[in-house]
Amino acid sequence: MNKPIDPSIYAQVPDAKGRFGPYGGKFVSETLMSALADLERVYSQLKDDPDFQREFDSYLAHFVGRPSPLYEAERWSDQIGGARIYFKREDLNHTGAHKVNNTVGQALLAKFMGKKRVIAETGAGQHGVASATIAARLGMECHVFMGEEDVRRQALNVYRMRLLGANVISVTSGSRTLKDAMNEAMRDWVTNVDDTFYIIGTVAGPHPYPMLVRDFQSVIGREARVQCLNQIGRLPDALVACVGGGSNAIGLFHPFLEDESVEIYGVEAGGHGVETNEHAAPLTAGTPGVLHGNRTYLMQDEDGQIMHTHSVSAGLDYPGVGPEHAWLKDVGRVNYVTANDDEALQAFHTVTRTEGIMPALETSHALAYAAKLAATMTPEQTIVVNLSGRGDKDIFTVAEVDGADIFGEK
Amino acid sequence: MSRIQAKWQSLHAAGRKAVIPYVVAGDPRPDVTVSLMHELVAAGADMLELGVPFSDPMAEGPVIQKGHERALAHRVSLRSCLATIAAFRESDALTPIILMGYANPIERMGYAMFAEAAAQAGVDGLITVDLPPEEVETVNAELKKVGIDNIFLISPTTPNDRIPLITSQASGFIYYVSLKGVTGAANINTQEVAAKVQQIKSETDLPVAVGFGIKDAASAAAVASVADGVVVGSALVSLLGNEDKTIESRCHDAVALLGEIRSGV
Repeated sequence: MNKPIDPSIYAQVPDAKGRFGPYGGKFVSETLMSALADLERVYSQLKDDPDFQREFDSYLAHFVGRPSPLYEAERWSDQIGGARIYFKREDLNHTGAHKVNNTVGQALLAKFMGKKRVIAETGAGQHGVASATIAARLGMECHVFMGEEDVRRQALNVYRMRLLGANVISVTSGSRTLKDAMNEAMRDWVTNVDDTFYIIGTVAGPHPYPMLVRDFQSVIGREARVQCLNQIGRLPDALVACVGGGSNAIGLFHPFLEDESVEIYGVEAGGHGVETNEHAAPLTAGTPGVLHGNRTYLMQDEDGQIMHTHSVSAGLDYPGVGPEHAWLKDVGRVNYVTANDDEALQAFHTVTRTEGIMPALETSHALAYAAKLAATMTPEQTIVVNLSGRGDKDIFTVAEVDGADIFGEK
Repeated sequence: MSRIQAKWQSLHAAGRKAVIPYVVAGDPRPDVTVSLMHELVAAGADMLELGVPFSDPMAEGPVIQKGHERALAHRVSLRSCLATIAAFRESDALTPIILMGYANPIERMGYAMFAEAAAQAGVDGLITVDLPPEEVETVNAELKKVGIDNIFLISPTTPNDRIPLITSQASGFIYYVSLKGVTGAANINTQEVAAKVQQIKSETDLPVAVGFGIKDAASAAAVASVADGVVVGSALVSLLGNEDKTIESRCHDAVALLGEIRSGV
């Protein structure tokens, strides 16, 4: 761990080329370059514009329901017997996850740019639902690309999107999961670039997306920091969040990066175990490369082909990760670890039964690691976990794994 | 003078437009690629564009995506593409070969090692879809050392004031993407193409080839009348993917289409 000496460096990325150290950038076809330049120009104009901020904040307060609570998981912490664990309750947001913070921000950018058609990719369906929701609110046409495999395992969210008026396109190319949905969304964008705004759901993609998604999601960490000071009387000792593309994690982490006393943990999907190659943990077991518009850690083979990933959670089933995470790993500020499928499922059940809060399977990875970490700490110490989403969407997956018979058909 | 420059010079001298077929290396089967390349040259191809298969070909339409998938099913890699080109070069020292693909396989091999291996195999030009001029510094330096041309795309969405940024980094020729969209998409508008080609030519002396959306002899002829050359991809790859036919007759059909296009240009 070679921590940088000057903590102010965290506020200085990305640079003008969209780079976080060697990561990030704009690796896209020429057709998209002017659209990215437009977006960059509009965003730099609006991000400090008081009217835009006021509108964004108003949506966050009255549509999303912010601020989300910081909640002490008392029974679970007692059971573990180590550090006290707090949940940042992003599951209580409108639509049930952190994703909506970002879709509101980007849809307002789209509105300002006069784009009437929005597209999005989705894995677990949370970003798709959040995009369809704000599109309905703003009267925009919405198309959501979703891998065929995810359409199957997230049927509930697919129907929610359709009820909201979105067109869900089942993607049958490649591995039929999130990465292929993103390929297909990029293809749509290239074709309809004049009237279409691409709402990317995570802190990946070409510059300026990793920056603007981070900025929109940082409301999580800003609130959590104030809530810690008010409710606990000091900063937490550790932060834990799950990392797929990494938007909920960067949202919680970013406002704490300069607080050197706070240890930070990003939890990747260990799938069947990192040693099995059936996982989705590029920071833990991958190598740097270029995919979906940015340079970052990827799961790839020796020829540079992107590998199939596996995770019980559709939202973490992605072979890349946001470029800022890649950089935070290299500079040693954030510790990237993994939780396997079975550990996540166990945490899902435990937290549901002890706290009466049913977490998303993505979030359950963070919870699984937080439990291990808490056990090594003292009751005077505190951990904040980003409870990034609720688990209703996952009950079919959980039932399948557990062999439960929901509809009494067996 | 590079093989690509020499080719353009002889084309200009003969008053001919370039016909440039695109096929994916290893599609439909790796053992037929070298002979297919020779047959395309015999049917009138002036240069060859060889696609490097990639797991996530974001700029391709469904037809060429399938070509990538067929090649990947045979585990065709950047290394094996270079071996294919070296084999082709054993009996053709003149036809320029352009590799077209995505950044990651090259990035994985390492830009310096790639440039050296590509030059040794007989590669003349490189088109990397997801390396716009903003991201090209490293690879350009390596390509210059070995004399490989870096060929850039210009698209209908490229603002006119951005064209010099691209042409100043480019060599060999400019590849004008004739439409907004993925490869093999809708019909192209020849008048719009003509206007943009003129705009590009006002910024550079490099020849301009046009691709993405050329389907047959008629569309090739129309586009060739306003540019220096045409690239034909999806129409050929579609024939190579025709599962109702044997591998041999698929290759035969693709070569026959190229011959028709050649005679109309």
